[in-house]
Amino acid sequence: MATQMTDGHRRFLQVLMSHGIMEGSVARTLHRDCCEIHKVYYAHDKLDDFINVVNIHVQPFFMQIRKGMSEDDGRTYYALVNLAETEITKMASDYTENELELFRKTMDVIIISESGFASSTDILNLADQLKTKKMKKKEAEQVLQNLVQDKWLSERDGEYTLHTRCIMEMEQYILSNYQDLVRKCNICHSLAIQSQVCETCGIGMHLPCAGKYFKAQTEPHCPHCNEFWPHEIPEINRPDSQLPSSALRERRRTPSSGTRRH
Amino acid sequence: MAQRRRSKGPGPSQGELLAAEEDFAPTQSASQVQRSLERLSPAQVDQKVSELVQYLLVKDQKKIPIKRADILKNVIKDYRGVYSEIIKRAGRTLQQVFGLQLVEIDPKHHIYILVSNLPRLEVENLKQDDCTAKLGLLTVILSFLFMKGNAAKESAVWEMLRRLRVDPGVRHEVFGDVKKLVTEEFVRQKYLEYNRIPHTDPPEFEFQWGARAVKETSKMQILRFVAKIQNKDPRAWSTQYTEAAAEEAAVGGLFQDVNTPGDTGGASQGARRRTW
Repeated sequence: MATQMTDGHRRFLQVLMSHGIMEGSVARTLHRDCCEIHKVYYAHDKLDDFINVVNIHVQPFFMQIRKGMSEDDGRTYYALVNLAETEITKMASDYTENELELFRKTMDVIIISESGFASSTDILNLADQLKTKKMKKKEAEQVLQNLVQDKWLSERDGEYTLHTRCIMEMEQYILSNYQDLVRKCNICHSLAIQSQVCETCGIGMHLPCAGKYFKAQTEPHCPHCNEFWPHEIPEINRPDSQLPSSALRERRRTPSSGTRRH
Repeated sequence: MAQRRRSKGPGPSQGELLAAEEDFAPTQSASQVQRSLERLSPAQVDQKVSELVQYLLVKDQKKIPIKRADILKNVIKDYRGVYSEIIKRAGRTLQQVFGLQLVEIDPKHHIYILVSNLPRLEVENLKQDDCTAKLGLLTVILSFLFMKGNAAKESAVWEMLRRLRVDPGVRHEVFGDVKKLVTEEFVRQKYLEYNRIPHTDPPEFEFQWGARAVKETSKMQILRFVAKIQNKDPRAWSTQYTEAAAEEAAVGGLFQDVNTPGDTGGASQGARRRTW
């Protein structure tokens, strides 16, 4: 069994390192190209094995290529993450003390919120109350822009949530730091920042997971307590459809009337 | 020259002085290193190697050259005695796992960059974003410099760019502050050198290729780029062609045995071809 790194693996690793995160179909194309260029054994359905070889070799450096799902469109993504979870290590060198504080406080708001989003107004208010060093509006706006560009946050209609890359990279950190304040998806059991929540028993689901689970059911019921599921079920489109995010956006605004997380 | 660098570089202005003190890695004989190594457990040394690899990768992602002083201060710390061993192993690991080479671009000040070891492709599928546009601009500048005999006055470079509708005095849609990008960012990343021409008053500056550009591309690749745009054979420029071929021969058979797809008469063939 081949567990040696080849130039094919190294090229894949270099490209993924420069992207940070990569959508599934792009990763599969890259896999094919890397194997072709360096004449490495290629099987189109063995991407995960290929990645495992890389992971064996990068593990001593607390790195890992992880597979995750976007909360927006349910698509698979591959990201190179840093496993050292004692602090936000990768970010630490890119951002100043007060910028990191702003990010952490924004993350608090996002995680505690019902919707998984923080409005830009919320964030600008936070900027004004930072302990390390207050930040003016213009500065905070620039920091937000940088955070979005570096894929720690993603923005939609002036509201901010955690980027898929951020969730994949910081899942362990978030789970251990926020514990009961965060929700896990009842279907896939991963961390859920955006979710639909049962109003009776409080379990939550990712929107794409809900879409898949309740597919074509006329009367969806909570898998846990069997009560009527009060939310509009997101439509799961084909991966190459243009519409998924806008379709899901509409559903998100359906009121989940003031349920408190417990 | 050191004067100019200090004011243009990022980092503290007194950095140069402090760095000189911190940048002390005791030179030891091989046997002294061996004895120091024996006192430490293999796990401890491995740990340091692993930390150094991570540190180098993170620093290099931003394309800022890495100073030895910073490595000693932030990673090596008390393990200075075995610095040479740690850096040797880190270099080996970077090659074996990542296909990256640790290159010392400034042997006097001990400054490093990481360069890909993998055979260069005609079309690289690295991140397509603003970075691609910047690299495109850089390639145009590097080409201009090479065709002009490896150096050109600042004014000539701006004139050339203006003809391409990139004006250093006007905020550009993609590049923003063009002057800052070219004279600061590219210089900081060691893609370009921006040096004062002696005995000029008011001071004039000229551009040359930086150490990173020298490592990441080659005269032959740039010449081929120019030839492709102008739809001519690279040999149409005999002076430049001779120079590019000489550089290839000097570098040696690094790419001789690689057959890359879409290879427009790649570096490998260039090295073997005799032109003079």
